[in-house]
Amino acid sequence: MKRKVALTVNGSRREDEVEPRLLLVHYLRDVAGLTGTHIGCDTSQCGACTVLVDGKAVKSCTLFAVQAQDAEVETIEGLATGDQLHPLQQAFWDNHGLQCGYCTPGFIMAGVYLLSQNPNPTDDEIRKGLEGNLCRCTGYVNIIKSVKDAAQKMGAAKGAGTPVAAGGE
Amino acid sequence: MAVTQLIGAKIHRREDPRLVSGHGRYIDDLNRPGQVYATFVRSPYAHAKIQKIDLTEAKAAAGVRAVYTAKDFQGQVAGTHPTVAAFAPEKKTVPDRFPIASGEAAYQGEIVAVVLADTKSAADDAANLVQVDYDVLPAVGDLEKALEPNSPKAHTDLADNLGWDMTLVPWEATDSAFGSAEVVVKERILQQRLAPTPMETRGVLAEYDTFDKRLTIWMSNQNPHFIRLFVGGALSLPESSVRVISQDVGGGFGSKISPYPEDYLVPAMARMGGRPVKWIETRTESIQNTTHGRGQIFDVEVAAKKDGTLLGMRLTQYLDLGAYHGTFGAFQACACVMAGGAYHWQGISARTVGVLTNKVPTDPYRGAGRPEATHLVERMLDRLAQEIGMDPIELRRKNFIQASEFPYTQNFGLVIDSGDYEKSLAKAMSIAGYDELRKRQADLRGKGRYLGIGVSTWIELCGFGPSALAGATAGVALVESAQVRVHPTGSVAVYTGTHSHGQGHETTFAQIVADTLGVPYEQVEIRHGDTNEGPSFGYGTYGSRSLAVGGMAIHRASQRVVDKAKKLAAHMLEAAEEDIVFDQGKFHVKGSPEKAKAMGEVAFAAYGAGLPEGMEHGLEAVAYFDPPNLVWPFGAHIAVVEVDPETGSVKFEKYVAVDDCGNVINPMVVEGQLHGGIVQGFSQALFEDVAYDEASGQLRTGTMLDYMVPTAVEIPDIQLDSTVTPTPVNDLGVKGIGEAGTIAASVAVINAITDAVSPFGITHVDMPASPDRLWKQIKEARGVSATSANGGGGAQA
Repeated sequence: MKRKVALTVNGSRREDEVEPRLLLVHYLRDVAGLTGTHIGCDTSQCGACTVLVDGKAVKSCTLFAVQAQDAEVETIEGLATGDQLHPLQQAFWDNHGLQCGYCTPGFIMAGVYLLSQNPNPTDDEIRKGLEGNLCRCTGYVNIIKSVKDAAQKMGAAKGAGTPVAAGGE
Repeated sequence: MAVTQLIGAKIHRREDPRLVSGHGRYIDDLNRPGQVYATFVRSPYAHAKIQKIDLTEAKAAAGVRAVYTAKDFQGQVAGTHPTVAAFAPEKKTVPDRFPIASGEAAYQGEIVAVVLADTKSAADDAANLVQVDYDVLPAVGDLEKALEPNSPKAHTDLADNLGWDMTLVPWEATDSAFGSAEVVVKERILQQRLAPTPMETRGVLAEYDTFDKRLTIWMSNQNPHFIRLFVGGALSLPESSVRVISQDVGGGFGSKISPYPEDYLVPAMARMGGRPVKWIETRTESIQNTTHGRGQIFDVEVAAKKDGTLLGMRLTQYLDLGAYHGTFGAFQACACVMAGGAYHWQGISARTVGVLTNKVPTDPYRGAGRPEATHLVERMLDRLAQEIGMDPIELRRKNFIQASEFPYTQNFGLVIDSGDYEKSLAKAMSIAGYDELRKRQADLRGKGRYLGIGVSTWIELCGFGPSALAGATAGVALVESAQVRVHPTGSVAVYTGTHSHGQGHETTFAQIVADTLGVPYEQVEIRHGDTNEGPSFGYGTYGSRSLAVGGMAIHRASQRVVDKAKKLAAHMLEAAEEDIVFDQGKFHVKGSPEKAKAMGEVAFAAYGAGLPEGMEHGLEAVAYFDPPNLVWPFGAHIAVVEVDPETGSVKFEKYVAVDDCGNVINPMVVEGQLHGGIVQGFSQALFEDVAYDEASGQLRTGTMLDYMVPTAVEIPDIQLDSTVTPTPVNDLGVKGIGEAGTIAASVAVINAITDAVSPFGITHVDMPASPDRLWKQIKEARGVSATSANGGGGAQA
């Protein structure tokens, strides 16, 4: 027996009929066609499926799609504007914050949430803020560097009221 | 000044924009019209007779297209699982392995049936309705017990569980070394089983065109040409009718090299049912069925003089093969031939024993044999240093193969190409502040704090690998191919037989081509992972071979393009070829650089009218590179930890790594490889352990809740530096770096921990040195009962 679910994904309103047991991550990937949100573990450890639900970082394998009724969901595909990357995406690129890239969307979404709560985190706060996400390639060194770099650039851009690209220290 | 000097430059990876924006193309992102989904029914027992399988309910379930068991694949999938011979042991037993069990299941997770359905959830539901009657048999778990005559057998038809037994160098060969020894130290060193755990699990999507009789397989794999060879053969299809595509791959670490049962069954079902079939591995399936690494026991003895002069080593490797031999599992025996490390020895005796058990097969995992070798030799050196009261660094220096001795023929006849072990060690000591650390350690011990300093002066052999050597030991040449095509407008498409799954080849290989051809980097595109493109065969990516072998093939093919372009440029400039100079991507007549022809102009001419007589059109080349030797990276790692004896917890204070991989194409990528590699070494030292219940063979660490992969919180800061000793083995002077960190790190950490707890009389600590295990060991060493320890064993949450 399918159920109706209506929500906003990356700014677009959608309505779909889904099985009640369908997880939000499967909804995003298989119904909405947004395959940037990945599945890495099936037990909510790895964080590869992290998205924002009403502004909060959520592992999308921990929610049924129907629980996202009326929610605002943002996925990795919603961050960039055209080919203009979000400062966190740019920072991951600049700092070699990814290798195979599979965990990356989850890290970036967790990072977006972290910086929304704490715009100027210390290294330890970044580590703690990302502890729900697993990476097997980078040893986390450059991921931490990437988030730090993004925080500085976003802070500078905000402070100076200028575009991110012009940001300095 | 060079206009383009990209080799050595920190170029940001061109792979990244698609990956950071969610536009990667991983296996689960791909779908085919009309596809059905496969769910495998797997043995819940480590060892069982399959008595009866009832498919009635499953076949009747909603959305089910088919349910198959072993008999349905007869005539569809031929042959048994391939295993390469790495050596010729005195005794060898290779149990036949078919992709699906019929009479007997030999490890938990072995496939016994498969359901195809219209949706994934329908397939999962129906798989639960397949009724299998098992007669549970005793499981073989412990390696030593498995070798006892009265042990149960991993397969009921086996005479014993000995998979192989080979003495590489007999014990008598080291009689004189041990006879003249003033000190002998012995240790048993454990290498626990590890799950490679790429963040993306495996997956296969296959489509068969019934009328054209062509098979296309999309999968997450490190060497698509091997899969084409094996699967095409098993399905009796010519290789020309099979296309294997492996696009973005979410990590491999060696676990996506060998063919797996699903790699045969999914394509076979696509042909049997006439619909594309998709299967994506769950994480539990991955930990249970994807090959494991390590799983070894080493018994080691070292003979030396009291002044620290090393004399001889004797080692026996017991390797847990699992229920079947992994395709490249025998490669792990290279731990024996690398056991001498960076040092002089009069002699080394070695024996490798492969043991069949009721567990998933082991196969190469990052480092494969070389981390084990480094771990044992570096551990034994510290053990000896402790025994004779010598500083472990002084002991290493006393026995190092010296920079002036290269090329150096080591004890097993392999030729170490180049090195300067003293140089990397001195640099690491200086960065770490070694002498001050020892002083501080003494001070802290006086205050009841336990600082430990661990050193690993590691070496590695990689870049597989000369066909003469690889062919003799593995039966495969391990050369590498490349095709370089310069289009009429000067853009360049390059196909490589290697495969990138995080290594950044699309960027680094383009740097090589841009420099060699003298064309803008932006005009060079690197392609891989599609067997319909490029040369006839490629050997894939593993064994840190992509650059030293694959990169060299690309370099060679690019040079061939330059050679032809030079002939054509001579014609265009109306000069003799020997008078043509090629500089910065332009050809000119010696002394007249103002009248130059750029590579792009020559390329355009190569496809136009007016070629010199006898010259064929086109500007492209294929090369197969067969390296003259392996390459031998090296380095020095220093770990500094503090152990809390009251909790057994290990706190990192410092980790310094100075590594040498010869010339560097892109330092950013090299650093990234080292970071990740080092953390996988840490992780083995401290956290990871595939645990099975010994009596039943049940996997106890089947999810990421139980199998610990560290998070950002557990990881220390890592200070990297390098020395550069170019290899004479190839024109680029490059060695591999993909596995180096893992090879070096586990023992640096364990040596540091052992050093920290040495005041308690502890001489050896095994992996994983998890707090509960370490705490128990300290308690026991102190003579305090550890009965309050809360059981548990290996896995940490």
